[in-house]
Amino acid sequence: MAENNIKLQVKNLNFYYGKFHALKGINLDIASRKVTAFIGPSGCGKSTLLRTFNRMFQLYPGLNAEGEILLDGHNILGRDVDINLLRAKVGMVFQKPTPFPMSIYDNITFGVKLYEKLSKAEMDDRVEWALRKAALWNEVKDKLKQSGNSLSGGQQQRLCIARAVASRPEVLLLDEPTSALDPISTAHIEELIHELKEDYTIAIVTHNMQQAARVSDYTAYMYLGEMVEFGDTDAIFTTPKKKATEDYITGKFG
Amino acid sequence: MEKYNNEQRMNRQMMLDKLFRNVTRMFAFLVLALLVGILISLVIGALPSIKAFGWQFFMTSDWDPVSQKFGALVPIYGTLATSLIALLIGVPVSFGIALFLTELCPTWLKRPLGIAVELLAGIPSIIYGMWGLFVFAPLFADHVQPMLIDNLGELPLIGFLFQGAPMGIGIFTAGLILAIMIIPFIASVMRDVFEVVPTLLKESAYGLGSTTWEVVRYVVLPYTKTGVVGGIMLGLGRALGETMAVTFVIGNSSNFATGLFEPGNSIASSLANEFAEASGELYLSSLIQLGLILFFITFVVLACSKMLLLRLKKQEGKAS
Repeated sequence: MAENNIKLQVKNLNFYYGKFHALKGINLDIASRKVTAFIGPSGCGKSTLLRTFNRMFQLYPGLNAEGEILLDGHNILGRDVDINLLRAKVGMVFQKPTPFPMSIYDNITFGVKLYEKLSKAEMDDRVEWALRKAALWNEVKDKLKQSGNSLSGGQQQRLCIARAVASRPEVLLLDEPTSALDPISTAHIEELIHELKEDYTIAIVTHNMQQAARVSDYTAYMYLGEMVEFGDTDAIFTTPKKKATEDYITGKFG
Repeated sequence: MEKYNNEQRMNRQMMLDKLFRNVTRMFAFLVLALLVGILISLVIGALPSIKAFGWQFFMTSDWDPVSQKFGALVPIYGTLATSLIALLIGVPVSFGIALFLTELCPTWLKRPLGIAVELLAGIPSIIYGMWGLFVFAPLFADHVQPMLIDNLGELPLIGFLFQGAPMGIGIFTAGLILAIMIIPFIASVMRDVFEVVPTLLKESAYGLGSTTWEVVRYVVLPYTKTGVVGGIMLGLGRALGETMAVTFVIGNSSNFATGLFEPGNSIASSLANEFAEASGELYLSSLIQLGLILFFITFVVLACSKMLLLRLKKQEGKAS
C-alpha cells in the first residue's frame, strides 16, 4: 500500500472498558476507496475497533481509547477534534436497521440538514442521489412521504445506508450490516458495498466469513483484542500466515 | 374409560376458560358502569341548578348564597388558569429533568436523583399547601412580587396580568405550587419513556453528527411522543383536580379578576370549602354542577390529547 492511499491509520491503539483491556496495541492501515473487513469470534474487539473510528464510544462513561488514529494524517482521538464534525465525515450503519420515526424523505435529509444549507430542489436531488446510491430509489420514489418504518427490513437497512451516504462522508463504517437480513437482502447490500467503494473508504465488521471474502479487499483477523493477521483478503483466505487464522477461517476454531 | 376421562377434563377446562373470560369481562365492565353511574348521579344532582341558570351559569361570576345566585366563571377560570400556569412551568422543567437523567447524568448520580424525583411525588398535597402558604407566599410577596408588579404591570397587552397587591397568595402562586406537584409525575414518565428508545437509534443519529439536543429533538421526542403526551396529561389531570394545596394558596375569593396575583378560586377548592355549609337545594346543586364541569373539562383535555397524537402520527407519514 502506498502512503498516500491510506485513509485511516491506527497506531498502537489500546482500548479500555473501565479496567477491561479490550484492544491491545492495534496497528493498522485502512486503504482509501477499498473495503477492509474485520473478522473474528464474538468479543474479539472488532466492533469496538470500528466504534473508535467515529468516537461513538464517547457516548458512554468509563470507556477510554489510548493511542492514535489518523484520518488523513490528523489524529481524531485528539482533544481538539469536533466530534460531531468527525461523525459527519465518518458515517456508520448498524447491525439492525434504524430508520428514524419520520418519513423516508426526512430520514435522508436528517444528516444533510445538520451541516449543509440546501434549497428544496438541491435537497430533492440529494435525496434521489442518495437513494439511487443505495439502490432503493426505484422502490420508494412514489412513497417518499411515508414513514421509514413502513419498509421491509432489507429496504430499511438500505435506507440507513442511503442516510449515511447522503451527508457525503469520507469513510463508511458498517457494523454487521446484514446480520438481521435475509439472504436476498444481504446480496443486495453486498452488491451495494461493491459500488460504494468507488467513492468511499469502507470498513465492515462481519461474522460471516464468506461475506468478508466476497466484499473486501483487505481482511483483518482479530482475537481477544489483538490483531492476529492483516493483509490482502485473497491471501488471508487462501494462504494465511498464521495457524490461528487458518483454524478460524476453516472452521476448526474453538 | 381413558377416553372418557379425557373428555371430562376437556369439559372442565372449557368451563374454567369460560368462567375466567366472564370474570375478567365483568371487571372491565365494572369500570364502564362506575363511569356512567358517576356521570348520571352528577347530572341528576345538577339538574335544579341547570334548570335555574342555564348557560348563564358559565358566564356570570356571582356566587351569592344569600340571594341564591350562582355563576361558575370564577372557579372555571381559576381551574384553567392555575393548570395552564402549572403546565407552562412544569413541562419544560420536567423535560429538562428527564433529559438530564437519561442522556447527560453521570451514572453515580442517576439513582439518587431518580429517587429524589420519585420521593417528591410521594409528599402529601397538604404539605405542599402549607409550605406554599407559610413559606413561599411571604417570601414571594416581600421580594419578588413588588418587582414584577413594578416592572411588568405597565406593559401593554400583558400588563394587566401583573397588576394587583403583593399578597403572596393568588392564581399564580397556586399555579406554581401545582407545577411543583406535577413535575415529579411528568418527569418520571418522561424519563421512563426516554429510556426505552433503542440505543442503536440514538447512536444512528449521533453517528450522523448530531448534538445531544438534535438527537433528543428529532429522534427521541418523536419516538416517545405517545408517552410524553401521556405523561403531560397525567400531570394536567392532577393539576385540574388538585384540591388541598390549591385551597391553601389560591385565596378563595369569589370575585372575578384576571390578574395573576389576584386571589381567585378553583372548582375543586370551592367544592371542598363549601360543601359543608351548602344550605338549600340550589346551592348544593350548583356545587354538583361545578363537579360536573370539572369532569367535563378533564374529558375534553383527554380527548384533545388523543387528537394531538393522531395529528402527530399523520405528520410522520402513513405507516403502510
